[in-house]
Amino acid sequence: MVAISVDTPEVNRRHCQKLGFTYSFLSDPKAEATRRYGLLHQGGGPNGADIARPAEFLIDSKGTIRWVNLTGSVTVRARPEQVLKVFDDLKLASAAGP
Amino acid sequence: MKRRWNFWLWAGFLLVLAGLLSYVPVFALFPLTRDFPWVNLLLFAGGAVLLLGGLKRAFGQPDLYRGKILGSIMAALSIAGIGFFMYGLFYVARQLPDSAAAPRVGQKAPDFTLPDQNDKPLTLAELLASPLAGAATARANGALLIFYRGHW
Repeated sequence: MVAISVDTPEVNRRHCQKLGFTYSFLSDPKAEATRRYGLLHQGGGPNGADIARPAEFLIDSKGTIRWVNLTGSVTVRARPEQVLKVFDDLKLASAAGP
Repeated sequence: MKRRWNFWLWAGFLLVLAGLLSYVPVFALFPLTRDFPWVNLLLFAGGAVLLLGGLKRAFGQPDLYRGKILGSIMAALSIAGIGFFMYGLFYVARQLPDSAAAPRVGQKAPDFTLPDQNDKPLTLAELLASPLAGAATARANGALLIFYRGHW
């Protein structure tokens, strides 16, 4: 499980330390991966910065996308129990977690 | 005769204020109260009822109750505040690109190489090849990518 945003590694490091996250937070400041995933939100950030729209992808070990969640509102994101249910339904073992 | 303090107006205005100020620091922290802001809408509804009752007293029994002017101001501010809240939550928050170009289920996930919070580069291929610490099996069964707007 990884989180991806346009924040710099420095910002991500502080963010993780502050909130106690132990998984990887990846930094995509030029929004290259964000563009490759079709998720660019032009001018969506502070001061008109380009950012990613919120989205979740579940990818199996062969690199095939098995589940996509493109929310319609920034206040609504995939819930942990929702993702765990998708894991179960797709019979992907929980080894991809935590 | 001295007119009475119109308590309902103040209680209603405070409820509306509580509804406006509590979403971001409190109710947005929990999916159950964030996805749909029902607690805040209830606070607004309660506040509106009290404000209306207070205004009715102020205008209906002006000899008994105070608050015609202040009550009207508080009601106007409440309407503006609630309107701003609704606009933000039900309109601005939904102004997301439709992302028609996003890869779909069944397609190959585009690879990437990105630095993590310790500046160590990580690729999707590595994520899929190696299990994370504490995993039950020797290889990863998949990966969950969470794109988010950023921390600001």
